[in-house]
Amino acid sequence: MRLERRNAPPASLILLSIGLVVGLMALSGSALIYAAGAPVWASWGAMFTGAFGSKLAITETLTRATPLMFTGLACALAFRSRLWNIGAEGQLYAGALAVAALGSGAIDAPAVVLIPLVMFAAALAGAAMLLGPALLKRYMNVDDVVTTLLLNFIMALFVSIMIQGPMRDPLAMGWPQSMHVLDSITLDKLISQSRLHTGLLLGLALCALLALVESRSVFGLQRRAVGLNPHAAHFAGIPATRVLLWTAVGSGGLAGLAGAVEVMGLRGYVAGDLSPGYGYAGVIVAMLAQLHPLGVPAAAMLVASVFVGADAMSRAFNVPSFIADVMVSLSLLSMMGASFFLSYRVRR
Amino acid sequence: MSDPRAATTPVGAPALRLQGISKRFGEVRANTDISLTLAQGEILGLLGENGAGKTTLISILFGHYVADAGQIEVFGKPLEPGSQRAAIAAGIGLVHQHFTLAANLSVLDNVLVGTESLWQAASARQAARARLRTLSEKFGLRVDPDVPVHRLSVGEQQRVEILKSLYRQARVLVLDEPTAVLTPGESITLFDTLRKMAAAGLSVILISHKLDEVLRVADQVAVLRAGELVAQRAARDLDRATLAELMVGRRVVRPTRKPLPVGDVVWSMRDAGLGGQGGRSHLRGATLDVHAHEIVGVVGVAGNGQQALLELACGMRAPRAGAALLRGQIVDKPRHRSLRAAGLARIPEDRHREGVVGDLALWHNAIIEDLADPRFSSWGWLRKAAALDYTRQLIQDFDIRCAGPEQKTRLLSGGNMQKLIVGRGLAAQPTFIVASQPVRGLDEGAIADVHARLLAARERGAAVLLVTDDLDEALELSDRIVVIQNGRLSAPIAAQDYDVATIGLLMLSEQGETHAA
Repeated sequence: MRLERRNAPPASLILLSIGLVVGLMALSGSALIYAAGAPVWASWGAMFTGAFGSKLAITETLTRATPLMFTGLACALAFRSRLWNIGAEGQLYAGALAVAALGSGAIDAPAVVLIPLVMFAAALAGAAMLLGPALLKRYMNVDDVVTTLLLNFIMALFVSIMIQGPMRDPLAMGWPQSMHVLDSITLDKLISQSRLHTGLLLGLALCALLALVESRSVFGLQRRAVGLNPHAAHFAGIPATRVLLWTAVGSGGLAGLAGAVEVMGLRGYVAGDLSPGYGYAGVIVAMLAQLHPLGVPAAAMLVASVFVGADAMSRAFNVPSFIADVMVSLSLLSMMGASFFLSYRVRR
Repeated sequence: MSDPRAATTPVGAPALRLQGISKRFGEVRANTDISLTLAQGEILGLLGENGAGKTTLISILFGHYVADAGQIEVFGKPLEPGSQRAAIAAGIGLVHQHFTLAANLSVLDNVLVGTESLWQAASARQAARARLRTLSEKFGLRVDPDVPVHRLSVGEQQRVEILKSLYRQARVLVLDEPTAVLTPGESITLFDTLRKMAAAGLSVILISHKLDEVLRVADQVAVLRAGELVAQRAARDLDRATLAELMVGRRVVRPTRKPLPVGDVVWSMRDAGLGGQGGRSHLRGATLDVHAHEIVGVVGVAGNGQQALLELACGMRAPRAGAALLRGQIVDKPRHRSLRAAGLARIPEDRHREGVVGDLALWHNAIIEDLADPRFSSWGWLRKAAALDYTRQLIQDFDIRCAGPEQKTRLLSGGNMQKLIVGRGLAAQPTFIVASQPVRGLDEGAIADVHARLLAARERGAAVLLVTDDLDEALELSDRIVVIQNGRLSAPIAAQDYDVATIGLLMLSEQGETHAA
C-alpha cells in the first residue's frame, strides 16, 4: 500500500467528504445520546430547535458564532503559512484585557474615536502575544505549538491576577471581574431584545477582506508561497521573516479582536469565564473551513449551532451537554481524515 | 583477453529472462508487455528517458513491486514475485544510484552486514576479509576493507556497493545510473570493472540515459519508451543518432554553439570567499569574469563549492571575503529586487524545490520573482489581468504545454515546468543568466529546447554562468570552462583547448589535500 498525491480532487468528492463529516458527526452524536439513555430522534429535534427553531435561537447561534469567526480566521491565517498558532485563547483574553483597561473610563473620548482605538489596542495586545513565539520560531527554532499553547495558561493566570487585583470592579459584590466598559463603546445590538451585536458584521467583513487579501494581494501570494514551499519562496526573493512576522501580527490581532467584541458587544467586562474555549474552537473552525477565509463563517455557524443546540438538548432530556464537545472534536478528526483522502489516494 | 566480448559464450539457460512484464499505476502504464533476455556474461544497456519505465522494471525485478502480468526467470528458474529476499537468493544484485552504506562502519562491516546470522558465535572476519581481497583484485575494485566508509570518495563508495553484491554471490548485477556521480576518469575505471565481470561470467544490466557510455560498454542495448520496449539490439549495430531517435521517438537535433566575439564583462568576482552551510560547500579565493556573448561552464564533482558559487552569483548571499560585481556594481547585500532590475535571471538546480511553488497557479509562479514590478502589482494588490496576459504570452512564446495560466504548476511535466522557469527568467531580456543543471531530468526534446534558449540569449548579448554536473553539456555550450574543486576555481579553459582527460584530472586534483585539511 502506498499513497499517491491526487492532481485535483473532483467536486463530487469534495461534496462527498462534507457529507461524510456531517454523517459521522450525526452518527457519533446519536450513539452518545443513546448511551446517555435519551430518545435519539427527539433529542436531535430538541437540538435543532435549540439552534435554529426560533428567531431567538438563531440570534443566539449567531452570537456564539461571532467570536468563533474571529478566532477561526486567526487560526486559518496562521496555519496557511505554517505558523501553528494554538494560542488564540490567550490572545483573546489579551485583547479583552486591553479593552477593559482602556475602555472603562481611563480615556475620555467620543465613541467614534474610542471604539476604533480600543479595538486597535486589543488587536495590538493579541499580536504582541503571538509575536514572541513567532520570533522564537524564526530565530531559535523553538516549536510554536508548544509556546503558543503554553502562553494560554500564562494568560489565564494573568487575567486572574488582574481581575482579582488592580482591575477588580469594587461594585461586583466580590465576584472577580473587571470594571464595566463605558456605555459609549458598547457595540449596538443588531436585533432588539437579542444578544446579537454588530461584532458579527465586523467578523463577516473581515472574512471577506481576508479572502480578498489572500487571493489578490501581493502579501497574500507571498504568504501562500512561504507556506507551500519555503525554499522556492526564499529563492524567489520573498522576505520570509517579514512575511512570518506580519502573519503573526495579523493572526494574533484577529484573536485579540475576538476578545474585544465579546467584551464590547456582550459581556461588558472581563471575567475568568469570558471564553468557553473560543480560542481552541478556532482551531477546529479553521480546519473545518479548510483554512479558507470564506469557509470560516459557515464553519463557525456549524460549531456554534452544535454547542447552542446541545445546551437546549441537555435542558430538554437531561443528557450531558459535553456531547457537543465530543461531536465537534470528532468532526475535526473526520474532516482531517477526509481532507487527507481528498489530496491523496491509496494505491496497492 | 584482448577483447572481452570474445570470451562471452552463453550456454544453457539465459541468466535472466523477463516475459511479458506489465505494470500499471492507475491511468499510467509504467511497463507494457516487456520481454527481455540477458545471456550469461553479457552487459545489457537499459536506456530510456525519465519516466520511460526503467526504474519500475528494475523494482519489479528486485521485488519492490509485483508485476500485474508476466514472469521472471533467473537461470531457468522462476523468481518468486514481490520478495527482495528471493531476488537476492537467486543472485540478483542492485547498486542504487543513491548508496545504501553506513558511513561510520568500515568497508568490511558494510559488506558483511546482513550476511551473517545474529546467533553466530563469532564473526568470520578473517575469512571474509580474504574473500573481499580476492574479489577486489579479480575485478579491479581497489578499496581498503578496514577504512570507514565516510572517508571514501564517491567512486570508492560505489565500489563498495558493487563488492557488497558480489560478496553475496550476485550473478546478475544491476547498476542504476552508476556514472551520474562519477568523474570521467572514474567512469572509465568502472567500465573496465564491468568488462572484467562480464568476462568472468557475470551478467550486468547498466541503466543509463547517457547514450555514449551505453554504446561504449554494453553488448546489447534495450530501449524503453513510454513503458514499452521499442528495441533490443546488439550494440555494435547501433549508433548515437539511431539510439536517440529510438529513445525519443523522433529525430532530435541538439543546437550547436557558433563562435561569437565576446563583449564587456557583465559579472565578475575577485578573490571571493564564502563559508559553506554545513561545512561542505564553500568557495575560496575565487576569481572569474563572465562577459557578454559568452557562456562560462563550471564543472566539478557535486559538493565541491557549486552551491556557494550559485548563491553568490544569484545574490542570495554576499561574499565573506573579496567581492562580486554585477555590471560594475558591487553586490554587497543580497537584494533580490535590485538584482532583478539589474538584469539577473536564474534557473535553479531543483525546479520542484526552488524553482516553483507547485501548489500555486502557473500565473502566480510566472510573476513570483517580480511581485514588486508595477506591471504586476499596484498598492500591494496583484494586477491579475495583466499577470494572466503576461503568463499567456509566456505559454505561447516558450511553448509551455498546459491547460492555461490558472492551472496548478505541480501538474506540469518536468520539461514544461522548466520552460516556465526559463521563460520567466529570459522574458525580461536579462544581461546575466545563472543556470544550474538546467536540463537535469529532462527528455531529449526539452534539453534541445532549453539549450537553444540559452544559446539565443548568448547571441543577444547575455552573459551566462552555467553550472553543471554533465560534462558533455558544458562542452557543448560553453565558450570557456572552469573546473571547481574543493571550493577553488581552476583557470578558465578556452573552447579550442577542451580535453576531457585534463578536465577530469582537474576535477579530482588535490583530493589528497582535502583529507589532510
